[in-house]
Amino acid sequence: MNMKHLARRIAALMAVVTVLALGAVTAPTGAQAQQVNPTAQSVTEDKLFQALQGDQMVAGRVSIPDDQASGLIKPGNKSWAGTHTGTVRFLSIAAVVSAIVVLALFYMIRGRIMVDGKMSGIRILRFTAIERFAHWLMAGSFIVLALTGLNLVLGRTMLLPLLGEGAFSTLTVWGKLAHNYVGPAFMLGLLLSFLVWVAHNLPNKVDAEWIAQGGGLLKKGVHPPAKKFNAGQKVIFWSVTIGGAALSFTGVMLLFPAMAGTQADWQLFQLIHGIVAAILSFVIIAHIYIGSIGMEGAFDAMGSGEVDLNWAKEHHSLWVEEVQAKSGDKSISTKGAHPAE
Amino acid sequence: MARMKFLCDADRCIECNACVTACKNEHEVPWGINRRRVVTINDGLPGERSVSMACMHCTDAPCAAVCPVDCFYTTDDAVVLHSKDTCIGCGYCFYACPFGAPQYPKVGNFGTRGKMDKCTYCAGGPEADMTEAEYVKYGSNRLAEGKLPLCAEMCSTKALLAGDGDIIAEIYKERVVTRGYGSGAWGWRTAYGDAITV
Repeated sequence: MNMKHLARRIAALMAVVTVLALGAVTAPTGAQAQQVNPTAQSVTEDKLFQALQGDQMVAGRVSIPDDQASGLIKPGNKSWAGTHTGTVRFLSIAAVVSAIVVLALFYMIRGRIMVDGKMSGIRILRFTAIERFAHWLMAGSFIVLALTGLNLVLGRTMLLPLLGEGAFSTLTVWGKLAHNYVGPAFMLGLLLSFLVWVAHNLPNKVDAEWIAQGGGLLKKGVHPPAKKFNAGQKVIFWSVTIGGAALSFTGVMLLFPAMAGTQADWQLFQLIHGIVAAILSFVIIAHIYIGSIGMEGAFDAMGSGEVDLNWAKEHHSLWVEEVQAKSGDKSISTKGAHPAE
Repeated sequence: MARMKFLCDADRCIECNACVTACKNEHEVPWGINRRRVVTINDGLPGERSVSMACMHCTDAPCAAVCPVDCFYTTDDAVVLHSKDTCIGCGYCFYACPFGAPQYPKVGNFGTRGKMDKCTYCAGGPEADMTEAEYVKYGSNRLAEGKLPLCAEMCSTKALLAGDGDIIAEIYKERVVTRGYGSGAWGWRTAYGDAITV
């Protein structure tokens, strides 16, 4: 072991000690510099809210196997709640109340629309069994759906105070089940009705004349010509077809939310469902009125399927001509004959 | 009476998910139901933060506003609870909730929703306090025992705070002032209409 080697080792040791000593002095300042802002890049709720576009959500990652749970805050959900308890509830009340008020006024002013000539006693077939089946399948299911649907929107304010919490809850549970399971019957009725009647509901020139005369609804003795369906009935047909299709689609989406997409989609479908249902309820209440107490002889068309000849001549003159031309008999019984076309 | 709130200090949360586990165990929550969850924002990026979220027991709770059978009620401690006897499982409260709190067991045909389940702030339900009937439907009622929610009580970093809103806001402010930063009281603005300003 030579001295030169030992001296080199000591020198190296001294150098290391010196560096360490210097380091010990400078280290705290380095750490402090780091500590100034260790969260400079961290996310804050404020920043994420500012970055939100429209009604999106603040979302992240979750370890539980449910993607829906990754949404942390969705402020937009409150706006759905506001629309549902505001607009939808208002429209539902407005539709039912305004329909009843308008019809009551109409009844008081115009009265029941009677057959001007006396009933002839001769009956002609207006709707076949298949047409009536389609109509009543749709009508019966619609009434169940409308009542149970309105109960979801208005029951809380109107029925709950009357029935009490327990009874109202039981009623609403059954109503929900009925709504879910009667829906497909409505869709079937809607499809059948569309198929049997679409050909008769295409708008034509006769409709313009019918509308120009106010359908003869407003004045006694006025009977604009009409084929199998007049312009008013065509409006009902297309309202039911388009509205019913919208209700069916959104209804299926609400029944199977996994198919429908995200929560924002469910909310949109729910609002469309509620608003369309309110509008359609108005149309249907008017339809029920004019098909029953509002007009003498009208119910027979969907009741027995056979209407009085004089009723038919007044309300569907062109259709009667078509039927008679087909049966080849001007005066009487077209009983058992197929209706128009 | 106190106005009970939750506050998750995201700068302390270490995403251990112990609050989630404690909740499930305390209330014997069924499979597939998560009354509480931990969401990580900007996962894997610099400055990621985790937030433990459950029902925030909102002021003017939107769930209560949209419920068709009016099954929600607010206790004297401002805890939002509901009656499972009245609930019809329609799902509207889930549409309305900004925090994804309402959960539904899948029951019946086509996996239709059962009666809603959510965080009770460990305060049970409308049944008599600390009864078997209450436990089966809603889980334990720690508030009636004079204890705070278990998720917050056993949080290892004390990130999740539960208690009177004014007190926990004060604790949070003190922390923010002391350490010099804070990512905010997550959800407060949406739930209570005001954020904590330091």
